[in-house]
Amino acid sequence: MKEVETGVNHKTVCVVDYGMGNLNSVAKAAQTVAPSQTRIEITHDPARIDQADAVIFPGQGAARACMQALTEAGLHQAILKASNEKPFLGICMGLQVLMGHSEENAGVDCLNRLPGNTHRFDLTPYPGLKLPHMGWNRIHQTLEHPLWHGIEQDAWFYFVHSYYVRPEAADTIAGQTTHGQTFCSAIAQDNIFAIQAHPEKSADSGLHLLKNFMHWSGT
Amino acid sequence: MTLAKRIIPCLDVDNGRVVKGVQFVDIRDAGDPVEIAKKYDQQGADELTFLDITATAHDRDTIIHVVESVASQVFIPLTVGGGIRSVDNVRTLLNAGADKVAINSAAIFNPGFVQEASDKFGAQCIVVAIDAKKVSAPGDPDKWEIFTHGGRKPTGIDALEWARKMAELGAGELLVTSMDQDGTKSGFDLALTRAIADAVPIPVIASGGVGNLDHLCAGVTEGHAEAVLAASIFHFGEYTIEQAKNRMQKQGIEVRL
Repeated sequence: MKEVETGVNHKTVCVVDYGMGNLNSVAKAAQTVAPSQTRIEITHDPARIDQADAVIFPGQGAARACMQALTEAGLHQAILKASNEKPFLGICMGLQVLMGHSEENAGVDCLNRLPGNTHRFDLTPYPGLKLPHMGWNRIHQTLEHPLWHGIEQDAWFYFVHSYYVRPEAADTIAGQTTHGQTFCSAIAQDNIFAIQAHPEKSADSGLHLLKNFMHWSGT
Repeated sequence: MTLAKRIIPCLDVDNGRVVKGVQFVDIRDAGDPVEIAKKYDQQGADELTFLDITATAHDRDTIIHVVESVASQVFIPLTVGGGIRSVDNVRTLLNAGADKVAINSAAIFNPGFVQEASDKFGAQCIVVAIDAKKVSAPGDPDKWEIFTHGGRKPTGIDALEWARKMAELGAGELLVTSMDQDGTKSGFDLALTRAIADAVPIPVIASGGVGNLDHLCAGVTEGHAEAVLAASIFHFGEYTIEQAKNRMQKQGIEVRL
């Protein structure tokens, strides 16, 4: 596996735990590809997130429950702060709640860190296609980015979701995928990279992306 | 570019060990779930399903350790089924590293459990397993019924109605096994698979009866399944996952290669 040659090795990478989804899978996959001096820490402590060199923000389940869990865990501000300051990787729901608003659960206001909203797939014109969009699909890389380094164009990633993001800034779309309609499957903006697929379940391409993140300076 | 159809090898686990003879020439321990999972991952399996057939409740905790060790070394989705009866069971398995759980008889005894689990953990991780047998007389319109206890006990529930109900209650996926075809190696019950796949908005996994690669292809092209599950044709080294995918691709089916 080739990696990004930045000389960056994060000391501590936090996986944010707010009670949604299986963080162990994310942490185990990250640990597998992390340099030996890097510590992967699952935490719900805002202070630890603040001290980390890089942050992974995973998520599963429904938008309302996710936002509620974030609020209850008192992590709202810590997430926003980290997403402004250090290499930040959002995964699945961790991408969707970065947006302004989600159509899920009759409408949920989200973190509003990235301009744009989260919408439900409309598969009416595509009979035979199913929701959730569940399984392996390709990501077409639409930007050059250190996190894509060494991952082939149109590589397969594992997805499970029924909603997708539509960022306002077209130049932040880092990847696109087609399920009936073509949708944004990755966003890159400054120190944030957020992906709809699950790299921790995407075999080699996913591990490669996580490995790249371990060495990414955030620029 | 489109979603790939999935191939899912299914492994029976008894007391922490894979049983029903998995035979690969190049693995040391044919009962070790981690070794077998790695092997299938290398061959390009899209997901893995572990079916816990441990008889005693006391020993059932061993599946947790199996999931933990597989999930720490194999980075593709894992589904675990067998004996899942409570929200606590679901939570424990997901925390151990399972991505989905397959609920079978507990859904029949208490359909509300499917809704409860789906509300709590999200539809994406709730698979409902449907074991069906054809009950219509030859010449009559097709009709299938849900059976429990490995196909021995009829429930009087119509399979199609049940499938629709499970989707409405929040199942994210249906694993449809034909109890008529299971173990016969003569192919899926394609009419059953297609009837259910066309009736529900969620993905259907076809299961039961695979004996060759063309059966897998038919599950997708004629059965309208999103994924195909098989055990013995892969376990005994008759075919590799890669061969299966090559055959599917030749028939115009999108696969991850």
